[in-house]
Amino acid sequence: MVGQAEKIEAVAERLGARAGGGRSLWADARRRFLRNRAAMAGLAILVFVALFALCGGFFAQWSNEELDYMVMGQVAELGGPSLETGHYFGTDDLGRDLFARTVQGTQISLAVGVIGALIACVFGTVYGATAGYVGGRTDGIMMRLVDIFMAVPYMFVLILLLVMYGRSITILFIGVGMISWMEMARIVRGQTLSLKGREFIEAAQATGVPGPVIIARHVVPNLLGVIAVYATLLVPLMILTESFISFLGLGVQEPLTSLGALISEGAGTIAYGTMWQLGFPLLFFVLTLFGFFFVGDGLRDALDPKDR
Amino acid sequence: MALLEIDDLSVTFDSEDGPVHAVNGLSLSVDRGETLGLVGESGSGKSQTAFALMGLLARNGRAKGSVRFDGHEVLGLPPREMNRLRADRMAIVFQDPMTSLNPYMRISHQMVEVLRLHRGMGRREAEREAVRMLDAVRIPGAKERIRLYPHEFSGGMRQRVMIAMALLCQPDLLIADEPTTALDVTVQAQIMDLLSELQRELGMATILITHDLGVVAGFCERVTVLYGGRVMEEGPVDPIFARPTHPYTRGLLAAVPRVDDAGGRMRAIPGNPPDMADPPEGCPFGPRCALAGPDCRTMPPLAPFEGARARACHRPIEEVRA
Amino acid sequence: MLTYILKRLAVAIPTLLLLIVVSFVLMHSAPGGPFTAERELPPEVLANLNAKYGLDAPLWRQVLNYVWGIVAHFDFGPSFVYKDRSVNEIIAQGFPITLTYGCLSFLVAVTVGVSLGIAAAIRQNSWLDYAAVGVSIGAQVLPNFVMAPILVLVFTLWLGWLPGGGWQGPEYWILPVVALSTSFMASIARITRSSMLEVLTQNHVRTARAKGLPERRVILGHALKPALLPVISYLGPAFVGMITGSVVVDIYFSTGGIGKAFVDSALNRDYAVMMGVTILMGALTILFNLVVDILYGWIDPKIRY
Repeated sequence: MVGQAEKIEAVAERLGARAGGGRSLWADARRRFLRNRAAMAGLAILVFVALFALCGGFFAQWSNEELDYMVMGQVAELGGPSLETGHYFGTDDLGRDLFARTVQGTQISLAVGVIGALIACVFGTVYGATAGYVGGRTDGIMMRLVDIFMAVPYMFVLILLLVMYGRSITILFIGVGMISWMEMARIVRGQTLSLKGREFIEAAQATGVPGPVIIARHVVPNLLGVIAVYATLLVPLMILTESFISFLGLGVQEPLTSLGALISEGAGTIAYGTMWQLGFPLLFFVLTLFGFFFVGDGLRDALDPKDR
Repeated sequence: MALLEIDDLSVTFDSEDGPVHAVNGLSLSVDRGETLGLVGESGSGKSQTAFALMGLLARNGRAKGSVRFDGHEVLGLPPREMNRLRADRMAIVFQDPMTSLNPYMRISHQMVEVLRLHRGMGRREAEREAVRMLDAVRIPGAKERIRLYPHEFSGGMRQRVMIAMALLCQPDLLIADEPTTALDVTVQAQIMDLLSELQRELGMATILITHDLGVVAGFCERVTVLYGGRVMEEGPVDPIFARPTHPYTRGLLAAVPRVDDAGGRMRAIPGNPPDMADPPEGCPFGPRCALAGPDCRTMPPLAPFEGARARACHRPIEEVRA
Repeated sequence: MLTYILKRLAVAIPTLLLLIVVSFVLMHSAPGGPFTAERELPPEVLANLNAKYGLDAPLWRQVLNYVWGIVAHFDFGPSFVYKDRSVNEIIAQGFPITLTYGCLSFLVAVTVGVSLGIAAAIRQNSWLDYAAVGVSIGAQVLPNFVMAPILVLVFTLWLGWLPGGGWQGPEYWILPVVALSTSFMASIARITRSSMLEVLTQNHVRTARAKGLPERRVILGHALKPALLPVISYLGPAFVGMITGSVVVDIYFSTGGIGKAFVDSALNRDYAVMMGVTILMGALTILFNLVVDILYGWIDPKIRY
């Protein structure tokens, strides 16, 4: 994660250096991105996973809550993946259709990842841009606070929160987002500091535009590239966090499910030979992460070619 | 026999956009104790020539041709044997003293390891010798300051350390790769004086790589002018400076600002150095040369004239002018 | 160097106090007290319980008592659920186990990761390099909770080589250590590789080569230290990640470490244990970051001031 942060800073420097000037950087970046095979593969994977999450439900023969009494009790023998029974991915231990459950789990994992990353980005950007723009002592205190937050084993705190405020999915969304805004804040602050000395900001200040407006109109738009790269790389980390918590049984609660919860269930039953219960959720989990990582790396390389 | 004989040296780098030819069929020689200036604009291949003969090319670089040092072929030497020559018999001072010293290591360690490696000295003895060398390059308080880290020295002092380090084993050949480019003007003169003095004292052959013709005039006996990785003109310093015959040499000389020429403007050579990924056909200077003609589409050979001089030009400037 | 360490300490101690106070206040602001969750209690019993656990005093008083207990006696107070056990006992039981496989995993991740990264950088574009890069990309998507079941599946269920759970001897350590260390090992290898590649292009490495040092000494003597700096700054997050991952190991491999106690207490709403574990882990993290900072200062002379 730290390695990534450094690379993103390199991107940031590059983007910052050209901020406000010309389309060519973006056109260049798009060309490089389209030429990057890993990134295009990642994009294809992501499209596939997204289609699966959105449209998979139309193909399911069973709902995610129905119990198939035919296979109950004999899941290991009868609950395997099969076209005849309509359980494309087999059933889970209770005889629920794993295809429908995987669709649902993918939806929720994607949602947590994207929303969590959005929250982290919005909060981190506002915080970092404010600290960097205001500067001075405020900046010092705000960044010291970030240092302190970063030294906390956030997973424990998040679990603490989840237990105290009930294991609701809202808390999960917010909590997952709240634990990873710090790095974003640092990067955005650094960029803001370097933008602050630029002519167009000074011009805005000279004409009396208030600080928050300058941040919103002039600072943040110039950081969109960095933010986009970081957000893309943050999504898989969010999914990992959510899956971790769900794996422990502390995250998403039944009847909802997520890929992490499904992996947890599958992992618990491998001893009985029901491999598909681990395999299918794991496949989509791995595909999703790969997709985001490849696209994120591709974006980063596209915006910062010297890193290759 | 010359100490260093470079014959038909070519250096090529692989890049994403195809090969880049940094040095093309370069030949030159340096005698023992001689000072040679290697002059050219940035990108003319001077530094890559130096790196090639020290075996220090970047990973994607390849050198072809022949480099003979003291009669032995150096190109393609196995690393173990190359390492025996480096620092011991041929040493180099790099361009940027700010980054060329290891920032994480005390100066003492960086110097001592050279002597321990090549001279088999013990730590104490090596350190005494290192301090002596720092004294020789006039670093005040060398005995204490040898314990410091590079960032605790100024740029000029760091370059002195680099020079001291290069001279530790009293090499036969010293390559100074733009040793003053990164320094303040006042410091530049001091460093060049120091180098000049040490060169005379130790009597080592020296290749001074620079784009500054003024420095060459003060320091070197002979000069080789490079352009596009090829030799344009070479010979003893005085006649070349007095009567340049290659249009490029002349352009370089005209571009030097002169104090005594108050009214005259500095005349830069129009155009840019060639793109070595796609070099021009024939004479590389052709596209920028005011005198170029159709015959310049073929590369002129390096032809001797006037005794020790040589040039590669179809259309040299008339030597005698009214 | 001493002032540098003192400066770092001056940040570490308030951080720790803040962590304690914040988690304590969080716990008290939680909807419902610790005893209201499961069953309905008569008001007088609740009052008694609150008095017993000191929950009737004003909040600042409770915070002070709690902090004082930890600082002065290393006492995290009694468990709210197991009436006869203190948080200390629960921690003391699991912590040595967590520490054992945690340290092992950390060592494995760092040594294997760094060596793999260096090897890959030196032989850039060789099969070794491609393998290392491939493994590190793959391991990014195989976090501990995915590695654990896969390892058990392969080495316990299919091959039958290693026990898939329990804590009775060194052969029980292997799977937990591999599961915990793999993704961090991969990250460390990736970071080492790219930073080594960058350092190898730096001017001072060229100087080292020009000295005639053999390649081995150029790399180990001159390039390694700067190449390790990004790795060292990754160690802090890696440490946090491993502490977090230990929870999965404890659950999946039944190793009996502290993570199991944490998850159990989370499911039981045993705030005292949760806080105890959180604070302990926070303290460890802060301590570790201090060590990392000192290490960083030791390597890079420029930041010792």
